[in-house]
Amino acid sequence: MTGHRTLSELASPNNGYSYAFLDEYAKRELRRKTLKAIAIPGYQVPYASRELPIARGWGTGGLQATLSLVGPEDNVKVIDQGADDSVNAANLRRFIFRVSACHTTTDTLAATIVQSRHRVPEEIMGEHQILVLQVPDPEPLRGVESDIGKSREMHGDGEYGLLWLGLYEQLVRYRRVTIGASYPALVHGRYVMSPSPIPRWDVPKLHMAQHLTILSAGREKRLYVVPPYTSVKPLEFDDVPFRIENQRGWTCRISGGSNKFMSEIPLQSGGAEHEISDTSYREKLVADVKRVDGTECAGVPYYDNETGHFYIGGFLKDEEL
Amino acid sequence: MKNSEPDPNSTAEDVIPATVIEEKPVLKAVGLAKRYGKNVVAVNNVDITAYRGEVLGIVGESGSGKSTILRMLNLEEQPDTGSYELDGIYAGDLFKLDRSEQRAIRVFHIGIVYQNPHIGLRMNNTSSGNVAERLIVAGVRNYSQLRQAAETSFRASEFPLDRMDDPPLALSGGMQQRVQLAKAIALNPKLLLLDEPTTGLDVSVQALVLDTLRRVQRDIGTTMIVVSHDLGVIRMLADRVMVMRHGRVVEQGLADQVLEDPQHAYTQQLVHAKL
Repeated sequence: MTGHRTLSELASPNNGYSYAFLDEYAKRELRRKTLKAIAIPGYQVPYASRELPIARGWGTGGLQATLSLVGPEDNVKVIDQGADDSVNAANLRRFIFRVSACHTTTDTLAATIVQSRHRVPEEIMGEHQILVLQVPDPEPLRGVESDIGKSREMHGDGEYGLLWLGLYEQLVRYRRVTIGASYPALVHGRYVMSPSPIPRWDVPKLHMAQHLTILSAGREKRLYVVPPYTSVKPLEFDDVPFRIENQRGWTCRISGGSNKFMSEIPLQSGGAEHEISDTSYREKLVADVKRVDGTECAGVPYYDNETGHFYIGGFLKDEEL
Repeated sequence: MKNSEPDPNSTAEDVIPATVIEEKPVLKAVGLAKRYGKNVVAVNNVDITAYRGEVLGIVGESGSGKSTILRMLNLEEQPDTGSYELDGIYAGDLFKLDRSEQRAIRVFHIGIVYQNPHIGLRMNNTSSGNVAERLIVAGVRNYSQLRQAAETSFRASEFPLDRMDDPPLALSGGMQQRVQLAKAIALNPKLLLLDEPTTGLDVSVQALVLDTLRRVQRDIGTTMIVVSHDLGVIRMLADRVMVMRHGRVVEQGLADQVLEDPQHAYTQQLVHAKL
């Protein structure tokens, strides 16, 4: 009679379930923020981080980025510390599969979306792939500036000198740079980002990469991106170049591979053996050894198997491993 | 001009008429005023000029506005009104520049030594890192160059080189001031600001630090502004003195003149209190 409509008519239909867990508004927001982050490489875009059925600190940022992107056609791989079979990786992979009916894989080259914590895979990723990194602390300036408002100003002014002061202090005290993970890197010559806790070994892999890298911090509610073919330069002094971790000619005890990032396996005797940290790549190497027809399933790695040289010549000034 | 003695053979045409050479002041601040809230007038219409190689002393009791002036001259604080020019650096009012331009001027052209080294230094970093910071912010990205520059600065401020990698926290008060001085002179600034540089040091160390300050000033010929409530410090360092009270300048002139023959009642009181 009056044209008044009921609340249930006005509200969006309650389906009780939304594809890929997040509701459509949340996914739309995330996609918009991702696009903005792609447009401003390395800039931290704030976003409304949603509640998820896992705790903050277990990859909620990466999970939300993945959920906003995933479709039924996608092939998702999840890595934790280089391994596909660790509890956190397996849980996240199963969850993403359940809510999106996507395909899942452990093969880096077959995946369309790779969600990862701590590592970038050893095989060179292609243009059709997206790497989602879970980030615990997105702010590279936190160590030198405790006031978050001030550090935003410093990002705005491109005032990153204090990060070099940090490097200087380490060189004076320890004669080498001691940052093991989250090595700050300048993206596209403008913003310095903290590339999540990946080892120094993995930072050069983001430079001029063919794939899109999305870094998302769920607890800190910040998202930033390294678009494909974008320069990523780890901070260094002119006369003290950035160095990757020395793998000291270690050989993988399972696959026999070398010049890859190794996990140290302590032995009872007090010594140690080493395994390639990227389990999917390690298994491919093992499978290749068993093959009789001479074909290989392992892809081309970022670091050469024999020499250990990075695939982009000259990017690492100090190629000694 | 100074040494030209009249030549007996010269004709009237040869004699250059005596003129006063008017040098442009290095620092020229006009009409500085700053109030905090409604009631506190920190600085009330103060003009400051300083010439090349000159040491200007600012004396006054606590709360007279000396430190506020120094903070404004260091571009840490914007005044309510007033303009500020540094000759040869930027033609125009420095207060009108934006944050990053002001920062660049502060880094390249102004050095400061605070009374409290905790404000001027990163106490847990190495001392050499504190000096290097200034160069890093100025864009030096070469480690050995930073080390050398730090050594040069430390040598100039008479700081023992074997302790240059100790954190300021582990140093004595006098040495902390020397680290601050080394940092302040690292890029040969046009203007050196000293905020009570020797207050809190014992008399013998005070004398040594003052000695260094005088020598540094002579060597690099920078313009220096010393703020102090200690007339002894001012007498030793300053060429010219400004006496401040309640945010105003009550008297100014040559240091000897003002300190020997003070005209204003407050200055007389100050000088006598000291003697």
